[in-house]
Amino acid sequence: MSYFVDSLRQLAGLKPVKPTPEQIPIPIQLIYKEKRKTPLTRDALQAVEAGHERSPNRHKWRNRRWITLIVVNLLFVVSYVLDVQLIEGALTASRVIGFHLADLNSALQVTLAYKHIVINLLIGTLTVLVLWILLGGRTFCSWVCPYHLVAEGAESLHLWLAKRGWAIDIQFHRTVRAVFYVIFALLALLTGYTVFETISPTGILSRALIYGPGLAMLWILALLAFEVLLSRRAWCRYVCPIGITYGLVGVVSPLRVQYNMQSCHHEGDCRSVCLVPHVLDVTIRGRAKALTTDIGADCTRCGLCVDICPTSSLSYKFKGLEKAL
Amino acid sequence: MKEKPTAQTKTKPKPKRKTKKLREQGRREFLRSTALLVGMVGASLVGLIPLIGQANARLRPPGALKDRLDEQEFLSACIKCGQCVQVCPVEAIKLADIDDGVGIGVPHIEARDQACDFSCDGLQCVLACPTGALTHDIDYPAEARMGLARLARPGRCLAVRGQPFKGAARGLDHPALLRFESVDRWNPIRLAEHPFELPLCDLCVRLCPIEIRIAQCEAGTPPSGDPNQCPPLHAIRLEPKPDGLSATPVVLDGCVGCGVCEMVCPAEPAAIVVDIHRSADFQ
Repeated sequence: MSYFVDSLRQLAGLKPVKPTPEQIPIPIQLIYKEKRKTPLTRDALQAVEAGHERSPNRHKWRNRRWITLIVVNLLFVVSYVLDVQLIEGALTASRVIGFHLADLNSALQVTLAYKHIVINLLIGTLTVLVLWILLGGRTFCSWVCPYHLVAEGAESLHLWLAKRGWAIDIQFHRTVRAVFYVIFALLALLTGYTVFETISPTGILSRALIYGPGLAMLWILALLAFEVLLSRRAWCRYVCPIGITYGLVGVVSPLRVQYNMQSCHHEGDCRSVCLVPHVLDVTIRGRAKALTTDIGADCTRCGLCVDICPTSSLSYKFKGLEKAL
Repeated sequence: MKEKPTAQTKTKPKPKRKTKKLREQGRREFLRSTALLVGMVGASLVGLIPLIGQANARLRPPGALKDRLDEQEFLSACIKCGQCVQVCPVEAIKLADIDDGVGIGVPHIEARDQACDFSCDGLQCVLACPTGALTHDIDYPAEARMGLARLARPGRCLAVRGQPFKGAARGLDHPALLRFESVDRWNPIRLAEHPFELPLCDLCVRLCPIEIRIAQCEAGTPPSGDPNQCPPLHAIRLEPKPDGLSATPVVLDGCVGCGVCEMVCPAEPAAIVVDIHRSADFQ
């Protein structure tokens, strides 16, 4: 139950609740105690990290994810350019060998603005809903959304500049994303137009890839410039309603990243690379209430934390799969 | 971002009292977030500006959910995916850019460059549309109401001036595509590859997709052998003038506003154009 509540709290942008000592079971407390008895020196930690840095798996999930993202988006492009009709359409709505698929957020915006239930759209939406329930909800963000990839590039640049003091990271209250979600839904409902689509970098980039770029790319560049110079990953972290839509799907998804507190050094490498570091607050010393904790639905399942963790304390899990096998 | 190990306190958590500094930080964060909210929502609302005076109304593909210039339903129902673009055999459909505001990614047709010639016969764009923004209520070209053709510049019309026409309708460099059933039933060819030699120019009548269908039906060979393809009304005819040497193109109630007449008109600018604020049902 607490997984659902925690996930919804994350999506609403509320601060994670610190457990009181009484809420932490004795065995877990003992593990924390044991770790404090034999603290890891800075040198020892750096040795562990350096060893992991050389590991062949250091960028395993990132590489798989980038390949997946590029292949999915190229399939759209190739289908049209070569007229092979594998995936017709764009990310907002498409047809895969004749089967309708619709982006959940675009379908929601259209339904709110148009105020009709369209059968084809409903079929496409339900298909995509089942797909992302199986695959983890916000997995869409990091494994498919083309803006995510360019924003990751911008993020590297931002971090490089910030280290030299040439860029700053303005942070906003994370609840603002939930407020955006409600406002964009209301705007669609009240104006009767899909207002959000005008500024949606996901739709703009997907169409630019397939049908060719236009003036809308200036908006993308403006967003990227804002993220590079003023606020790290601002669009994905604080604005995008697509993230919340898929996040809500992720609440009921069995595909999650799982945290094991036993081996963790609590050094915080995972939180430093994460798009949504608040989901990893459980990795802070004294926060875990069980040996293993599933990371909440705001997690995009990007795997950067799985890659960087020097002790393999974070890993992908498909809930119930072990039991089934 | 290394976490410093902090001493764990055994005492019960005290009721939180925010220091002045924390309150100030919270206030600033709230103001920043509000600014972000106002900025982004403001940017998205700019998308509504092109709607003023229906300035972004355009010639839309067949079946668009619109009533003359009122495109509200069409713009809201369209999911901006471009599947209609992908199926069009003459590549007549383009997607609008961000300067169309909420019309971004919505399909339209620039008839003078490339009109819809219904060479797919089955209204492929309508069939491809996942949301019914191009309504599935229409099945045949004659049912479309995209606009209505009008002889806007009679002084430039070759027929009105009693002039013949020889050569490619839009010159040899123009990329426009058109299907000529006599050449290839399935594949449209370049207009430039099909020159004409006419004693009196009648391209707008001769190449009108509705008129071509009517002629096929009268010959007993409706398109795809489907008698439902036969348009009930004529779209355009050439009315001879008393001098017997010239004629005037007259647009009739069967016109669907596909724009082929505008595309093929050899005059520059075109003598005949499609009005999007009119249709055969409302003039």
